[in-house]
Amino acid sequence: MTAALRVLVIDDEPAIRHFLRTSLAAQSYSVLEAENGETGLAMLHRNAIDVLVLDLGLPGMDGLAVLKALRDGGSSVPVIVLSSRDDEKGKVMALDLGADDYVTKPFGMEELLARIRAAVRHRLQQEGEKPVFKGGDLTLDLVHRLVTVRGHEVKLTPREYDLLRLLVAHAGKVLTHKFILREVWGTETDVQYLRIYIRTLRQKIEANPEQPVLIQTEQGVGYRLRAAD
Amino acid sequence: MTEEAARPSPDALLKQAGEEGRGRLKVFLGAAPGVGKTYEMLSEARQRRVDAGDVVIGVVETHGRVETDVLTKGFEVIPKKRVLYKGRVLAEMDLDAILQRKPKLVLVDELAHTNAPGSRHPKRYLDVEELLANGIDVYTTLNVQHLESLNDVVAQITRVRVRETVPDSILDRADDVELVDLTPEDLLQRMKEGKVYFPEAAERAAQHFFVPGNLAALRELALRRTAQRVDAQMVDYMRAHAIQGPWEAGERVLVCIDAYAGSAALVRYARRLADKLRASWAAVYVETSNAVGLSDDERDRIAEALRVAGRLGGEAVTVPAANLADGILSYAQSNNFTQIVVSKAQRSRVSEFFRRSATLEIIRRSGNITVHVVPAQLSRAMKGPALRLPVFDRRALDTTAYAGSLGMVAIALLLGLTLRQVHITNVALVFLTAVLASGVVYGLWPSLAACLASALAYNFFFLPPYYTFTIADPENVVALFFFAIVAVVASNLTARVRAQGVIARERAKATEDLYLFARKLAGVFTLDDLLWAASFQFAQMLELRVVILLPEGESVAVRAGYPPEDVLDQDEVAAAKWVWERGAPAGRGADTLPGGKWLFLPMRTGRGTVGVVGLDSDKPGMLLTPDQRRLFDALADQAALAIERVNLAQDIDRNRLNAETERLRSALLTSISHDLRTPLASILGSASSLKTYDATLDDKAKQELLGSILEEAERLNRFIANLLDMTRLESGAIAPNLELIDLSDVVGSALRRASKVLALHNVELALAPGLPMLKLDPVLFEQALFNLLDNAAKYSSRESKVIVTATTVGGRVQLSVSDSGSGIPPDDVERIFDKFYRVQSSDHKRAGTGLGLAISRGFVEAMGGTLNASNRSDGPGAVFTITLPVPEATAIGEQAA
Repeated sequence: MTAALRVLVIDDEPAIRHFLRTSLAAQSYSVLEAENGETGLAMLHRNAIDVLVLDLGLPGMDGLAVLKALRDGGSSVPVIVLSSRDDEKGKVMALDLGADDYVTKPFGMEELLARIRAAVRHRLQQEGEKPVFKGGDLTLDLVHRLVTVRGHEVKLTPREYDLLRLLVAHAGKVLTHKFILREVWGTETDVQYLRIYIRTLRQKIEANPEQPVLIQTEQGVGYRLRAAD
Repeated sequence: MTEEAARPSPDALLKQAGEEGRGRLKVFLGAAPGVGKTYEMLSEARQRRVDAGDVVIGVVETHGRVETDVLTKGFEVIPKKRVLYKGRVLAEMDLDAILQRKPKLVLVDELAHTNAPGSRHPKRYLDVEELLANGIDVYTTLNVQHLESLNDVVAQITRVRVRETVPDSILDRADDVELVDLTPEDLLQRMKEGKVYFPEAAERAAQHFFVPGNLAALRELALRRTAQRVDAQMVDYMRAHAIQGPWEAGERVLVCIDAYAGSAALVRYARRLADKLRASWAAVYVETSNAVGLSDDERDRIAEALRVAGRLGGEAVTVPAANLADGILSYAQSNNFTQIVVSKAQRSRVSEFFRRSATLEIIRRSGNITVHVVPAQLSRAMKGPALRLPVFDRRALDTTAYAGSLGMVAIALLLGLTLRQVHITNVALVFLTAVLASGVVYGLWPSLAACLASALAYNFFFLPPYYTFTIADPENVVALFFFAIVAVVASNLTARVRAQGVIARERAKATEDLYLFARKLAGVFTLDDLLWAASFQFAQMLELRVVILLPEGESVAVRAGYPPEDVLDQDEVAAAKWVWERGAPAGRGADTLPGGKWLFLPMRTGRGTVGVVGLDSDKPGMLLTPDQRRLFDALADQAALAIERVNLAQDIDRNRLNAETERLRSALLTSISHDLRTPLASILGSASSLKTYDATLDDKAKQELLGSILEEAERLNRFIANLLDMTRLESGAIAPNLELIDLSDVVGSALRRASKVLALHNVELALAPGLPMLKLDPVLFEQALFNLLDNAAKYSSRESKVIVTATTVGGRVQLSVSDSGSGIPPDDVERIFDKFYRVQSSDHKRAGTGLGLAISRGFVEAMGGTLNASNRSDGPGAVFTITLPVPEATAIGEQAA
């Protein structure tokens, strides 16, 4: 990385902005702030922004509206959404509108930085995807369509492979049920099938399928594959 | 005198207080028409208009007198209402218009006026009452002969009975009475000048009325009545202001009424007597065994006399007793009456032959009670039979009863003739048996007929010379004479026994019904059931249609009815509302709105009116006979008490709920103040240390402070999350989003979330293979499970085992979380699920919020499962078990597994 990544924080709470500014600056990010959606969108137009941290509960134009305006305007800037607890619907809507990930308030800095890193990495990967994914026990060779767990090859059905391939492509990011279904099955219904495939996939790749570490469930939202090493 | 003795009398003060908020009534009282009452009223109103303004004319009849007409100029006149009655248009005072206009003072001429049929009140004085009740002052005029208590006296003096009467109570309650006085000579002079107006029809009567003697007498009556009132006012004033005075001892007058025509007059006499004595008074009707034989006319007369007593301001009472004297005396003695008024002839001569005169009996046993014996013909003007026959049973006209009686005599005759064949000639007793038998079976009159027939038959067949009605032997004349007497006495006695039996049976039936009703009501706990039971019972016992109305918002609404389909129209509901507000009857046959189809009666208890009962029947005429009215009162009292009981029970429940809410609220406050402040205190303390002592703190100390800030902040976060969950649960905002879920998936994510709190424990997971998919809200279930794991971590020591198992048990899935702590005290097994309840523990200092388990249970139950706690059977520790139903269609899950 040559220049510092530029992060725009849109949040109406000065305390949150202050704490993000301090902590992100300490991690060598360059930080811009906006206290409402309109100002934030204007700043996105004027400046080259690498990551947007967007609060969903903004006064006036809310976070979802900002996100929609942004994506409708053709911007593909990575977006991390700040949401409140008990707002699974809001999270899913934000993700379906093109947010990259979310953190739930209150959150630790660690968690936010991990999400930011994953989102940025994913953008970079899209330009030149690595041929082999390695994360924990799991290795996926995209060229040879080869899946190994702790050195042993695992046989997957084509659908299972497609599912794992999608998770690997977005490793570290949460994927909504709807997104996965659309990408793998071409339909958005039948979450049931997805649950069953995740279950069988876990049985094949997890050391302890009942306490999975590779494919994690975000209850009410979707699934997340652990980030690559 | 001490100050104690000089305190104002509470009654007098209460009377004053009760009158506040009411309009003031001023009555211009005159001795006769033409004395100038209306003129005087208008002059004074004119004066008052100058003083205070806002005076309107409700109704003033000037009868074209110029002086009076002039006086009405300048007043606002409320137009009269046109009422169509039998093809004629009558103009009546528009009560509603006045109420709506709500002036300070309204002038209402001729208080004694009778309104056109179909008006709200039959009498104008009732209109005035309503105006007063609405805080409007009223000036009105009245002639003395219209006063109820003077009605008889005036009729005696003038030989003209006035039909339009006004209860004395309205004059008593008037705030001012002004006597408009004119000497008889002046009045006659005015009459000659044509200044006194009469309706044409009354012209002739007026000729008799306006003679100097009559006018002088009426004038005296008016003066006396006014003087009496002034006296009463003064006494009230002195009592209210605690002025010492020579008060009469508490005299109380009791008047005894019966079915005789003169009873109403007797009541008026008692009222005048009580007035003179400044005594309270009551009218009593003693109900003896005779009551059953009373004709409808007689019952009406009794009811009328009781009503007159009520109207005149007395108490009206009915007491049951074996005989008249007993009833009156025991009632008088137990209620401290000092004077009794009875009429001279309480019994006919015939019955006095058998029974001692009740009047004499009363006098003999009255002790220190004064007894006034008043001539029965006090009022000749009253119609009604002068002589009253002994109990005249309706059976007297029943031919089958007479035929039966004569049949019995015929049988006796045949038996007697048979006996004569065997030379037994003394067969008088055989006939007597027939007389007694017909007395028992058919009552008095048929048995008297049997007497006559027996005497004739005995004479004809058995007294020589046979087969003639002549009697040869003087001895036999005497025998027949005594036979006749014995037969009459015997039939009288048996008839009485029979009548008492009938009364007793009817009483027993009524008592039984009332008892059953009371028992039925006692077993009812919801208002709707109660009202239904009550309306059904009313309808059945009174054979009428019944609705029950209870207050609802501003008005009243039908809550139950029998038959249930009855509905009331707007006017009827308005009448019921009126009853609810006043606590007085209205509608068919009542004083208010007598033209209505329904009769509305209040249901009252000691605490006030609790509801209104509406009665209706397709049959024309009176809805309730006096007997039914009494039965209704008893039923309504029971129902009113029961309604009050249910209302009270609801109040108590509400209070208990309030107390419970209050307790929870205070627990919440305690919990919040503790659970919010403790972590905040640590955070503030640590952060301020870090800021202030940065230079002097070593790295280890800094790390510790930072760690505690993090830990406490997380604790705070959990607590607030719990509070929010609890709030959602309590406000009913939990709408589970049920999906088919793989249990192991949720268990996994819950364990991941709990990994921090369980970091120091050994978690064992034992999920049975092939668990079915379950219908769950994954977010809620994860939270429920997390709370259980958090609880397990809190109540067990480090390094101890926390075991999570899941198995299928008989079509259900059981998921349990066991810890290895000290377990739950037996008394607390259920209470741990209460909000803000925390098990008192000495060794574990990690107090939770007291909400986690309550939330878990709430969430699990919202998803159709159960959550229970117990102690482990295989060692120390608690076990929490979630039981969930397996949905029917999980085939898809089984296949994939």
